[in-house]
Amino acid sequence: MSQAATTAGAAPAASVATSEQYNYAIIKRFAIAAVLWGVFGMAAGVWIASQLAFPFLNFDIAQITFGRFRPVHTTAVIFGFGGNALFATSYYVVQRTCQTRLWSDSMASFTFYGWNLALVLGVISYTMGITQGREYAEFNWQIDLIILVVWVAYFMVFLMTLLRRNQPHIYVANWFFMSFILATALLHIFNNIEVPVGLFHTQSYPIFSGVQDAMRQWWYGHNAVGFFLTAAFLGMMYYFVPKQAGRPIYSYKLSIIHFWALVFLYMWVGAHHLHWTALPDWVSTLAATFSILLLLPSWGGMINGIMTLSGAWDKLRTDPIMLFLITALAFYGMSTFEGPMMSLKSVNALSHYTDWTVGHVHSGALGWVAMITFGSLYHLMPRLWNVNLYSLKLVYVHFFLATIGIVLYITAMWVAGIGQGLMLRAFDQYGNLAYTFTESVVFLHKPYVVRAIGGGFFLAGMLIMAFNIAMTIRSGIKAEAREAQAASAEARTA
Amino acid sequence: MMGMWEWITDMGNSKMVALLLFMGTFIGVVIFLFSNRRRAQKFETYRYIPLDDDDSHREPVARRDKTESDEQ
Repeated sequence: MSQAATTAGAAPAASVATSEQYNYAIIKRFAIAAVLWGVFGMAAGVWIASQLAFPFLNFDIAQITFGRFRPVHTTAVIFGFGGNALFATSYYVVQRTCQTRLWSDSMASFTFYGWNLALVLGVISYTMGITQGREYAEFNWQIDLIILVVWVAYFMVFLMTLLRRNQPHIYVANWFFMSFILATALLHIFNNIEVPVGLFHTQSYPIFSGVQDAMRQWWYGHNAVGFFLTAAFLGMMYYFVPKQAGRPIYSYKLSIIHFWALVFLYMWVGAHHLHWTALPDWVSTLAATFSILLLLPSWGGMINGIMTLSGAWDKLRTDPIMLFLITALAFYGMSTFEGPMMSLKSVNALSHYTDWTVGHVHSGALGWVAMITFGSLYHLMPRLWNVNLYSLKLVYVHFFLATIGIVLYITAMWVAGIGQGLMLRAFDQYGNLAYTFTESVVFLHKPYVVRAIGGGFFLAGMLIMAFNIAMTIRSGIKAEAREAQAASAEARTA
Repeated sequence: MMGMWEWITDMGNSKMVALLLFMGTFIGVVIFLFSNRRRAQKFETYRYIPLDDDDSHREPVARRDKTESDEQ
């Protein structure tokens, strides 16, 4: 194993110049917050997965029942772990590729405190039963307003940093980050247009109702997947894969086509979440058609990322961080094949309202989003603290725990989902349902146990990462103190 | 001209208008990328931007890399 995989040695003087040139303090805060939210969110996920297998784990405590804890899990992992990681990496990438410092340190700090305050308030309110009831947008209207202000500040910091760049061209990773910021702003605003019951009341009413509201919700829901969980993490990929590989991205032209095709196609596909409902049939068909078209840019991007290693595949034998990044791309390819397939109306008739959907989401969330984040954070952390990673062996352990966890999770959900779908639509010779709903629930017990075990593996990997990162930071702080001591001793002797 | 404008602004034609707009722009992007060899080559030089910035680091101090002076 080579430590060169995690850091590159250079003169201490240069490192001082780098940390002064760029605002690393804000990136450190976001990166640590991402790890902490990751541990919390994944633990919450394992807890609710265990509750589904063993319902006594509710312990009759309303605050920790599945209904209240599920949005805690999704909010903590998507916006806490993923969101903080995106803030950290986008601030890092925009500074490094534009070769300029962040536009405003105080505004960047504001985004950190504002974002995490909103998340903490959200988590507390969900456990108290306060929710808007919109999937992935459960925050009540006051918290929505905090997020809105934070997001505008984020947009300003990112845009102004791009405008004062010292590099003539804006690197493609920043295009993905910018599209994520703009699209998330649009989605957040339009999906949360609500009429509050009162100024000091947490409840509100949506401005639309019925199928229009469902359409709005899933336009938001799928584009949150498209721009928050895909485009933004592709921004991560376009910087950290070449950087870790020490080779440029396979094709820059392909990355441009990837970007524009993804941006053009994604906005149309949300309605595939509403097949066989009151939604007009042509809208369903349109969404399914665009979902199939999306396969092309998605796989173009995957190929572009993986082929970056062309001619240097041996790195996968020596560099566990590269393993994370390339495996993430493989899962990206897999889930972007599975998604369009599930968007076909005939497949959807079987898969919808079953655990297959849950499995698909997690093959993307764990396999793509979490793995690319782990790889990026392992690359980033040693550079932020100017030390080598505490242990590369632990990165390998993390990688295998995470991979085994994902495989257990998604195979359990395939079995659960397809079995459930088949049972719910089976008829006997008289045209009666062949199985009762209770029988389908009994069938789900074993896959649910396997899913909880898979989640446990993934969480164990996350805990190992948290330990590895904590020890890395500790050695960085020690080294900094030693350097300061040496400098003051030198000043005294002089 | 007026007739075309009326056709574009008719909400009944919005699907066709959106399709033409998005498809046209996307095809435009592809043509822009591949129509000029010099421009295409220039784009490929941008691949190196992430590798242009230096990775500056202090000497390794992590557990496995402790030096003799660290041990003392």
